[in-house]
Parts: sequence; C-alpha cells; structure tokens
Amino acid sequence: MLLISCPWCGPREELEFRCGGESHIQRPGPCESVSDERWSDYLFTRKNPKGLHYERWLHAFGCRRWFNVARHTATHRIEAVYAMHEPAPIHLEQGNVL
Amino acid sequence: MSHAPCRLATGGRIDRKKPITFSWEGKTYSGYEGDTLASALIANGIRLVGRSFKYHRPRGILAAGVEESNALVQLGAGGRDTPNMRATEVRLYDGLTAKPVNCWPSARFDVSSVNNLVSRFLPAGFYYKTFMWPDWHLYEGIIRRAAGLGRVSSHADPDRYESRFAHCDVAVIGAGVAGLAAAREAARSGARVLLIEQDQAVGGNLLYDRRIIDGLEGGFWAEKAAREIADCPDADILLNTVAVGYHDHNSLTLVEQVGNEAECARDPRMPRYRTWLVRAKKVILATGAIERPLVFPGNDRPGVMLAGAVRHYAWRYAALPGEKTVLFTNNDDAYRTALTLHDLGATVVAVVDLRTEAPADLAGELDSRSIPLLPGSAIIQTRGSKSLKAVQVRTGQKSRWISCDTLAMSGGYNPTVHLFSQSGGQLRFDDRIASYVPDRSVQDEISVGAARGAFSTGECLAQGFEAGGASSEAIGFPRAAGTAPQSVDRAESPILACWHIAGAGGKAFVDFQNDVSTSDIALSAHESFRSVEHLKRYTTLGMASDQGKTSNVNALAIMASLTGRSVGESGHTRYRFPYTPIALGTLAGRYRGEIFRPLRRLPAHGWHEEAGALFEDFGGWARPACYPRAGEARHDAERREALAVRNGVGLFDGSPLGKIEVKGPDAARFLDLIYANTMSTLKVGKVRYGLMLNEQGVIIDDGVATRLADDHFLVGTSSGGADRIAAWMEEWLQCEWLDFDVIVAPVTTAWGVITVTGPQARALLAKTGTDIDLSALTHMGFAIGRVADIEARVFRVSYTGEASFEINVAARATEALWRILMNQGEEFGVAPVGIDAWDLLRTEKGYLHIGADTDGTTTALDVGWAHIMKKKNEFVGKRSLMRPQDQRTDRPNFVGLAAEDGRTRLPIGAHIVAEDASGTLRSEGYVTSSVFSPTLETPVALGMLRGGRERLGEKVRLRSGDAMFHAVVVDATFYDKEGARLNA
Repeated sequence: MLLISCPWCGPREELEFRCGGESHIQRPGPCESVSDERWSDYLFTRKNPKGLHYERWLHAFGCRRWFNVARHTATHRIEAVYAMHEPAPIHLEQGNVL
Repeated sequence: MSHAPCRLATGGRIDRKKPITFSWEGKTYSGYEGDTLASALIANGIRLVGRSFKYHRPRGILAAGVEESNALVQLGAGGRDTPNMRATEVRLYDGLTAKPVNCWPSARFDVSSVNNLVSRFLPAGFYYKTFMWPDWHLYEGIIRRAAGLGRVSSHADPDRYESRFAHCDVAVIGAGVAGLAAAREAARSGARVLLIEQDQAVGGNLLYDRRIIDGLEGGFWAEKAAREIADCPDADILLNTVAVGYHDHNSLTLVEQVGNEAECARDPRMPRYRTWLVRAKKVILATGAIERPLVFPGNDRPGVMLAGAVRHYAWRYAALPGEKTVLFTNNDDAYRTALTLHDLGATVVAVVDLRTEAPADLAGELDSRSIPLLPGSAIIQTRGSKSLKAVQVRTGQKSRWISCDTLAMSGGYNPTVHLFSQSGGQLRFDDRIASYVPDRSVQDEISVGAARGAFSTGECLAQGFEAGGASSEAIGFPRAAGTAPQSVDRAESPILACWHIAGAGGKAFVDFQNDVSTSDIALSAHESFRSVEHLKRYTTLGMASDQGKTSNVNALAIMASLTGRSVGESGHTRYRFPYTPIALGTLAGRYRGEIFRPLRRLPAHGWHEEAGALFEDFGGWARPACYPRAGEARHDAERREALAVRNGVGLFDGSPLGKIEVKGPDAARFLDLIYANTMSTLKVGKVRYGLMLNEQGVIIDDGVATRLADDHFLVGTSSGGADRIAAWMEEWLQCEWLDFDVIVAPVTTAWGVITVTGPQARALLAKTGTDIDLSALTHMGFAIGRVADIEARVFRVSYTGEASFEINVAARATEALWRILMNQGEEFGVAPVGIDAWDLLRTEKGYLHIGADTDGTTTALDVGWAHIMKKKNEFVGKRSLMRPQDQRTDRPNFVGLAAEDGRTRLPIGAHIVAEDASGTLRSEGYVTSSVFSPTLETPVALGMLRGGRERLGEKVRLRSGDAMFHAVVVDATFYDKEGARLNA
C-alpha cells in the first residue's frame, strides 16, 4: 500500500485515495476541428511506461483535492507530488532507471 | 490417558505445574503449558501424523516451526473446525481436539495409500497427460475430490476477527538474536519500535541452543533484552504474530493469534486473530533461516527430521523424537544436535558427515562422548513402513545398515528471504552458505543476521546492533552510547553443497508436501519445463500451504545441475504474500454481515418502520420497497400504492436524490459543459431536465437542475449518482477547467425530500398550509417558502406523470413534515408509496431510468436527443457523438413495447429477435423495463431496439428462454401523452 503525501493533508494511506490515471493529457477542441484520430488518442492512448509515470490522484476520503504524482511504475517510489497546473518534472527521469 | 513416554523427566521451557489434556485422532493425551501440538505429539511418542498429498505415504513431523510441511492437522470441531493447521504452530490448550488430514479412516490405515504402490505410474503431469481423451472435464470432478488436504467447515465461521493500523519508526521482524539486538538498540534511542515474533517466546535459536552472550546464558539474555525493550515507553513486542506481507512503501501485514478455539468459544468478544496493518519508517528483517533437508531415497519416512528441529524438541520441550538417533549432515550445525541429544541422555548411534574432513574440534567432542563419526559417508536408503527402522550408510564403496528410530538431517540453512523478496529486493546466490541471500534492496529495509546469511551468534549480534542504531539514527534518533553485545563463537567449517544423493533406488523427496521427488524434477527438465517458474507449475513444487519453505532451494539446485547451469543462473521463483497461510477471516476483519457495508437510513426511517415498510437495499440506502398491509402480497401493495397516486395522492420519500449546489460567476458556463443540453438559458426560479454524458457520449446520469439565482444552481442527480456526479464535477473543475470560478457543494443528506404526487397533491398542500402561491407554481417551477411552518424548497417536477410537489426540508424536519402530511391527507386517501410503485408509475410514463433502461453503451442519441448536436457550445461527450459509428441509424433506440394480445407482461431481458439472411434468429434489442399497468389495465414495457425510432408500429417477436412473445413497437409514453395531468 502506497504512502501518498497529499499536498493539503500530508502523508496518508493509499486507501484514502483514488488514482485518476495518466495526467497532462490535453483535451482537444473545439470539437468541430478535432480529427477522429486525435480524439481517439485523447480517449484511449496512454503511455504505460516502465519508469516514471505522471499521474493524477484524488484524496477521495480526505480533502477531495486532485494533484499530480510522479511515480516509478516498477519500484512504486514517488519522486514528486505537484499541483494540477504545474508541468511534469521531467528532469527527474535523468538517471532514474531500475 | 497415559504418561507421555518420550518426555524427559526434567528440563525444557514447559510449565510442568500446568498439565494439559488434549485429543488426537479420538484418543486422549497429555502435555504441558508451553507445548505446541507438535511437541506434545512427540512427547507422547506419536510419529505418524498424516499422509502425503499424492501418494498417501506415511509422514511424520519434519520441523519445529512455520516451515512444517507434513504435520497438517484438522483442528477443533463444528464451526471452529479449521483445516491444514501446522501442528508446529498450534499452542497446546486444554481440550484441544485435532486429527490428521488426507487420510481415511486413520493415519495408520489409510485406504488411499494404494496410490503409493502405483506411484511409479503417477509422475508429474500424470493426470493432465492421462485424462485427455475424450475430455479432461469428464475426469476433473473425480480427481479433484480425491485431491486436497483438510476439509473446510461447512458452518459459518463463528470466530471474531479484528484489524487495526499501527505506525512505527522501526519495525523489527523476528525476535531472535539479531532482532533482539536491533530492537533494543533502536528502542534505546527513543524511536517507536515494534518487535514482531511469530513464536510464543522471544529468543529464536536461543530457545534451544546453548550460547553465552555478554556473560549470560542465551535464553536469559534474550529475556533480559526483551524486558529492556518493553520498558521503553514507545516500544512494543508482539508475540504469536507472523509478518505475512511486505508491501509498498514499507507497509506490513501482521497476523496476531489472539485466542484459541476454546477461548473464542467461551468468550464471543475474544478475537481469534488480529490483523495489523503497519507502516514503518524503517524495517529490519531479522527473520532467521530455515534448515534444508537432504535429498536421498527414503528421506520422507516418519522419524526423518531436520536436525535443528530434533534439537529444538529435545532442549526446549524436553521431548525426545526418538531413542536411537543417527545424524546426517553436510555442515557443522547438526553436530550440536548430536551433542545436545547425548547430554540429555539419548543415544546417538552415529554422525554421518558428507564431508571427508570433519571439523577437528567437533570430532573431538563426539569422541569424548563415544559417538561414532563417519566422515565422507552418505545415507543412501532407509527402511521402516510406518516408522523409521534403519538407514543404509555408504562409505566409499562399502555400505551397511544401521538400526535407528530417528534420522536428524541437515543440508544447511536457507536465509528466510521471503519478506525481503516481497519487498521487491533482488537475491543473490552465495556459495559460502550455498543459498540465496538478499542482494539489492528496493525499499527502506535492511536484513540482518541469519536472514542475511550470517549464522554465527556474534555476527547476528553485531549486525542487529548496528542496524538498530543506524536505522533510528537515520530518522533522527541519536544513538545511545554503548557497544554491541558479545558472544564467543567457534569458526564454522565450510558447508559441502550437496543437493541430491543418488542412492539405492526409490523416491528421494524434495517437496514433502506436494510429493515432488527428484525424478519429477528430472521429468520436468526432460520435457523442457526448465525455467524455475515452469518447473513449479509442472510439478506443483513449492506450492500448497508451506510454499516450498524447505524445498525451494534444493529443487532449484537440482534443476540447475540437470540443465548444466549454476544455481544462481537458474534463478528462483518469486516469493509472494502471504508468508504463511492465513484464515480468510483475517482479511475480512470485522467487516462481515451487516457491517460489511452498513445501509444508510432515510431521515424519516422511524415512520417508515412504524408503517410496516418492506425495506430493501437501494444503492446503499434502506428504502421502503412498499408498505404492505396485513395479509397483502408485495405485488398487491405495489398496485394499490400506484392507484392511490393516479386517483388521489401519494407520499414518496425521495431523500437520497442527489443534491449538488453549484455556485459562482462561471456556474452557468460550467453546467453547459457538464450537461448535454443547455442550462445557461434557464430562468431563475425554473427547473430543467438534463442528461449528463461521459467523454464517450454515454449517458451517466439524469436529473433536474434548478436556477436559484443568476450564479447559483441546484443540480439534482439520481440517488445512485449523488456521490459520483459531485466527484465528476470536481474532477473537471480541478483537472481541466482550472480557470473557472465555480464551487461545487454536495448537500444531498442535508435535505430530506418528500414528494407529494397525484391529482389531490395541490389540495393536500393547501390544506397543510403554505405561504407559497400554489396556483403560480406551475410544472417545472420552483419556490422557497414554508410548508406547515417548516422552511422548504418546493419543486414542481414529476416522475409519476401526475402533478407533483417535491418538498425539500432540513433532514431533521423530514419526519415531522411527513407525519403532518399523512394526517392532513387522510381525507384524500393519501398513501405512502414505495420504490416498487414508483418504478411502475414512471414506466407507464416512459421516463428513462438510467442504469435500468440504459447501459454503459447507451448514448444521448440512442434515447432520442439528437437536438443537442445543434447546441453551439462544447459539452462533455459531444465530439464522440460526431463519430460515424455514433451517428448510425441502426443503433439501439429507446422505445415502448406493447404486448400484441394486450394481456401478457413481457419478461424483462427478453430479446427482440428476427431472422437474418441465413434464417438464424438474431437479437435486435431487448426489454429493459416491464410492468402491468393497473391504471391502463394493460402490460407496459420499455426497451432498446435497433433503429427503433423508425420502426414505430412494427410487429416484433420476443424470446425469453424457450417462450416466444409478440409485441408492437410504440412510443415510450403509455400514459397521458399530452402531459395534461402533470401540468394540472
């Protein structure tokens, strides 16, 4: 069970949270100018890396706030917790291999 | 009851003042407080404790701890009958009842032992290969019935299980030499320490090995260390507690055995087990090591035991497994057993050492006790049907039989790396001890002592002391002054790795519990199942309740040698949760029965109960399905309640309906995106029905939105959508439209909802008294005022098709208003209405029930909402509805279905069928809702039908099971198409 540091409540057990999957996905629009392929990518295509994964989590049984987490998918180490409006901390990927 | 014949007159860590009586296979025996079931059986001279899994070979106790593979027992009786308990872990108590598993009628005379006579025809994979023709499934049932060990009780589990959380700075797993040193050092620094021990006492091997630590006798040192730990205010020791899981981020699962069967039967509040979910900043794994058997023909006879276990029983429990013992070893440790047994007065017939050069000092010790030593020798065969009688020893080219009743074997020790492996750590094969040791850590833990391959007491003390101090120091607790405890150890001679002794024929067992022998591994290699994971699945090696604790490394090494690889190269299988078998109740904890998912109660629950409501679980709420009168059937109550609404007035408790306040300058813009239809054009004081979609265009909820002010809406959701939709809105606002100035406040349970519905609804409200102008409050209108002098929000919305007033009041005022309305409504024939009638009424009206009429593929277009595509702005799900597949006219559409004969109710789930070009019946849709309308006196049904909107008037056939039905496709609204009644 992960220990996740909610930016508002501090470290809490994973069972208080809900994972919302990959973060930083751009919602394309307006819809009239979006191709079927682009829309399909938005709906279904996900990265699924072995390594750092930028994902969004909700403190569902707590403050009910969403935030971003950079989690290593193989070791489950959480390398960063950052706000929804912040860019992915891609510099953490340097040398962060198994 | 007789005197225990194999109990020594003195010694042992048992309380001779507290004798215990227990029953084994229906006979009564005696033991002492401090005994395990296994030690008591040994003290009573019982050697045959069960039959093996596959061949039903006689088996005796092998080990003294969790690794036991043979002594599986059925413990207790009735509902407290527990299968496959390891006798080595069962603490003895007065009145204990146990019997062996996997044998009938008894362990001595087992009918299925005929399997052993034909064992050479039952190799690995035998069943799968043999029972292929014509179909495995023909045989599967019979074979599965013959397999298995204990029997699961068919009664409900009467035991109580508890669970709790705990947090600590340093968790130390294992209270042996290294664990005690580590925990004491960590506790001294002031850190919060949890020391976890699976045994009923601390000390590890100090319980049965004679050691001197800091000048004290080992057992005494252990007790003193434990007292010092317990005296620290923030340190705790958990005995009888197994750490079964090591999960992410240093979280551990522990299972503590609290009460035994007898105690739990006496006191229903006594938990049988307590599950601990522990989060530790640092974990120190002092889990010790498990002895390996040697692999030679006949190594599974009752009387062949692990050397450490023999010493354990003799010294700790004063129970001698046998009178004449032969030792067989490839390392120094077994010599300790020989010396201990001799010093306790037992006969040691010989020590057989595979190594050609026995350690000189130990050889001298044997010599001084006149114990024969046979270096460079091996045991190649054993004799004895239900108990060991003799072993055949080969030295050079010569061999001879030696008479004995016990063979204590040692193939070296495997560090207990299970938890380390669960934590994600990588192992490395260490030739020095011929076993796997922890190599690279992934989590914040450290292995110490025997768990890391350090077997001497001095090393264990030093590593434990260092890890305890360093771990607490790293998290901010300064180390107390002091030095590591000291012990003087002799230098151990190297082990001679020896994985398999080819003997004089017969099966040499590797995995006792699964009856996997060396020949099965050879067969697996021969048939190309060479990877360790394949080997495991093909032979079942390392499976079942002991999970290969004694067998794994031997098997991997044998496979390695068969395939010309080193042990390290062939690799190992992954160790998984749980470390030892756990009762399912430990996972459930107290969350069983009524409190598994407690039902929520309506604010007027008390009244409903008085009225004799039939409660059912609707989306987690206990809601009245109907209010049956004395002698009234459920269906009749539903019909009566529905007619009351159509002809007079009914009251419905709709309190679980979702209520979400949406407020802010961007509230209207936000709702235009969330709803498929437009909400920004709604006038203040008006109500509008809307559909919400997900990004696939699929309907996820429906309900009405009310505009309370320009920047303030009240969003109504279905009862099931209350929590989900509030979370859905938050996700969009927090993750996508961060620039919107809107707040979302779920207020569902703050309000109670009483719906007054029917032609007399207005009259009832007027009589009850309200300051709201009822004539001005038209359908889809909203007003704030007082009803019976209670502050209320009143909505004119209808789910029944009759004029309806949905009255929202503070939750605590709901029951009072309900009682007033029932009293005032008497003259109008008011009736409380349950969910059953409610659903009937909406079906007559053709109102959509999301989740009943729709599923996870139903889009807004499928239910006839094409007009939303003309909406200028964006909304969630819009782009998906533009896809060609979503635009197809042959998608399932929401329609009404009228039975052709006007009498037959169509079954819900019946398929609308038609023949395709080849003449095969294909489904074109199905019935989603169906009732018999007491008002229209006809059956009424709703459903989804391919291209249904273009097929109104068409006759269709329906099929449910073997029955066929005939219906006409009609508009979904059966009752009051013009809406005259709800506008009244």
